[in-house]
Amino acid sequence: MKLEYTEGQQAFRAEVRVWLAAHMPAQSLDSFDTREGFEQHRAWERTLSTAGFSAVTWPKVLGGRGCDLIEWLIFEEEYWRADAPLRVNQNGVFLLAPTLMEYGSEEQKQRFLPRMARADDIWAQGWSEPGAGSDMAAIRCKAVRDGDDYVINGQKIWSTRAVFADWLFGLFRTDPASERHRGLSFILLPLKLPGIEVRPIRQLDGLPGFAEIFFDDVRVPVANRMGEEGAGWQVAMSTAGFERGLMLRSPARFQRTAQKLVELYKRHQAEADADPSIRDAVVKSWMGAEAYALATYRIASRLAAGGKIGAEASMNKIYWSELDLLMHETALRILGARAELLPTAPDAGDVNGWLDGFLFAQAGPIYAGTNEIQRNIIAERMLGMPRA
Amino acid sequence: MKFTFEPEQFAFRDAVRRFLVVEAVPEVLRAFWETQSGRSPEMRAKVTDQGLTALSVPEAFGGMGLNDLDWILILQELGYHGIPESLSDSAYLGVDILRNLPDGVALKKEWLERIAAGKARIAVGHPVNPFVADAAIADLLLLWHDDEVHATTPDAVKLTLQPSLDQSRRLYRVEWQPSAATRVCDAATGAPIWRDACDRAALSVASQLRGLAKRMLDLGVDYSAQRKQFGRPVGSFQALKHHLANVAVAVEFAGPVIHRAAYSMAHGHPQRAAHVSHARVVAGEAAWLAARNSMQAHGAMGYTWETDLQMFMKHAWALDSAWGTRAFHKSRVTAAVLADGMALGPGATFI
Ligand SMILES: Cc1cc2nc3c(=O)[nH]c(=O)nc-3n(C[C@H](O)[C@H](O)[C@H](O)COP(=O)(O)OP(=O)(O)OC[C@H]3O[C@@H](n4cnc5c(N)ncnc54)[C@H](O)[C@@H]3O)c2cc1C
Repeated sequence: MKLEYTEGQQAFRAEVRVWLAAHMPAQSLDSFDTREGFEQHRAWERTLSTAGFSAVTWPKVLGGRGCDLIEWLIFEEEYWRADAPLRVNQNGVFLLAPTLMEYGSEEQKQRFLPRMARADDIWAQGWSEPGAGSDMAAIRCKAVRDGDDYVINGQKIWSTRAVFADWLFGLFRTDPASERHRGLSFILLPLKLPGIEVRPIRQLDGLPGFAEIFFDDVRVPVANRMGEEGAGWQVAMSTAGFERGLMLRSPARFQRTAQKLVELYKRHQAEADADPSIRDAVVKSWMGAEAYALATYRIASRLAAGGKIGAEASMNKIYWSELDLLMHETALRILGARAELLPTAPDAGDVNGWLDGFLFAQAGPIYAGTNEIQRNIIAERMLGMPRA
Repeated sequence: MKFTFEPEQFAFRDAVRRFLVVEAVPEVLRAFWETQSGRSPEMRAKVTDQGLTALSVPEAFGGMGLNDLDWILILQELGYHGIPESLSDSAYLGVDILRNLPDGVALKKEWLERIAAGKARIAVGHPVNPFVADAAIADLLLLWHDDEVHATTPDAVKLTLQPSLDQSRRLYRVEWQPSAATRVCDAATGAPIWRDACDRAALSVASQLRGLAKRMLDLGVDYSAQRKQFGRPVGSFQALKHHLANVAVAVEFAGPVIHRAAYSMAHGHPQRAAHVSHARVVAGEAAWLAARNSMQAHGAMGYTWETDLQMFMKHAWALDSAWGTRAFHKSRVTAAVLADGMALGPGATFI
């Protein structure tokens, strides 16, 4: 065991810190769930990409920095420390890209990854359907082979960023006679094709953060399929599970929130101490964020040594989503009667992003597989408990 | 000893419930909330027809002369149906302050009669809240100043709207100059009035929060019975049953605490402030748990603007800091429990 950064790692941290200080947008960007904000975030991704920072773990030839996981963690620490903008292309960079690297053809990698790194294409994901939420194997949206095309009919829902995004990846049923996990294929398609209608869905904050997507005889070339026909489930599930379990939510995000929570508490300590459970929750938040960081460094070290991540991804998901809820609930309790104020309220003061963060934290135990489903996975696959 | 309500109190509650089920459906409330005032004169007229504005106005002033115990069940219904607090502020809180003013105070008779007749909205300002709800559409503002009661009107003060996450709320910062002309009573008279008024306001919030918790529970139960995944209703999965059963336990156990607090207010019990705060704490906890677990039962649907659940969640999150944060109320319970000579233990619950 050696819990110190190497000189190279420290140099990388310093480089990232200096670069971010020099390039951070002068003003905070609008929400990426507005058209202007979306484009502002796209421009920021382009800026990041000039230094290979939009996708640090990718090979340099594809637009990345060739970083290992420890360097990725360092990059994330600096990124969150700087309060840099949220990542509008995270579904592409963190979720699709690792799958592409493993399952995509050489042609597909060249075609999609450099554009993704520069945010020429911003990606949305299309798994869920009205009848297929937790039960993703119930997907019905059809892609029927017709010559060199698939003809897609059906509906996707809850597709994050799809209102303004350029491309979609997801699972479609290519074998109409198939059921459940069989007969699904992993397909990539531009959202601007004829026959596609994207209907925005407003989220708790009133902004169209996700969308329904309707497909009416949409033609997509077979070359847009990733992996074998009918093998979509395996492609979606097995691959680079570690990135999915790890990269979507880096510990730095929560450590930054915990740090701000401590600062908030100190500013309002006189009132907050009326209820000692608030102080307790603040300390618990810090400990939780620290523990999550330690667990992630440990996983990263194990993966570097050739290990694989399996059902621990489910543990991560539960851990960060419940920690995020605790931290934001605690912040609202500290802010008291001002917590409900929108940022436009003249007296909002240091309410800042806490309310927005609180709303988004409500979704954490739901998206990326609900926490109930994760607990089932832990109990059945890790603990070997009997299935219901 | 008989810890239950009278049949007439239940009957009145049921009548109000039947009325609200028809008149206060979520689509109607959404439409009100999108207006600038957030309130509807037609709705207020219907509420008046139900007798709600006259409930605790003394009979001598055209009211029914009822008390906190009559209000408490109604307040829960107002919460359940997401009726904005302005009714409670006018007809429960405003009436409470006015009826406790000395008889010589000129505005007492006039305003009590107007409230009873459904012709006045009252907004109340006290430093326990940084903002005053519905101040812009109030006909009369009752404001605290060094324990004195002052009365003024919105056009005589400076109001700054503070937009809230909760679309039903209309909060204002109120800047004003106390003067001899606005003063209604002195501090010696005003102090006990304000003390009980703040407790009644907190009690009202507690009961509304419990109603909101029950509503969110019902929405979660309904949704999870209808929504199917893996070929069966998601409500058949034990994980969801337990989430919602936990809410049911919290809602159930908040009830008697709130009802006892109402009794204590109605009877001037020496521990009434602690009883109210106890009620506020458990009601707030129940409402937050209900929001979280019902949201979870709804899956992504719960995270949308379209779902009715969001209206009740936001109302619950916001109300939980009105008339004292939960921390404030917890500190009052703490002080009472730890006070020397506090009667604790078996046999000390009632006097
Ligand atoms: C903010 C947000 C962003 C999202 N972004 C995307 C996206 O970009 N692309 C995409 O495809 N999807 C996206 N989703 C959808 C997300 O993947 C689904 O919400 C999730 O899979 C749950 O499905 P559901 O909402 O249909 O809930 P349901 O599956 O209907 O679940 C309802 C409730 O039942 C419980 N439940 C269901 N089955 C079981 C079981 N077997 N055991 C115990 N409990 C069970 C669930 O845990 C939940 O509490 C997003 C969701 C949110 C909230």
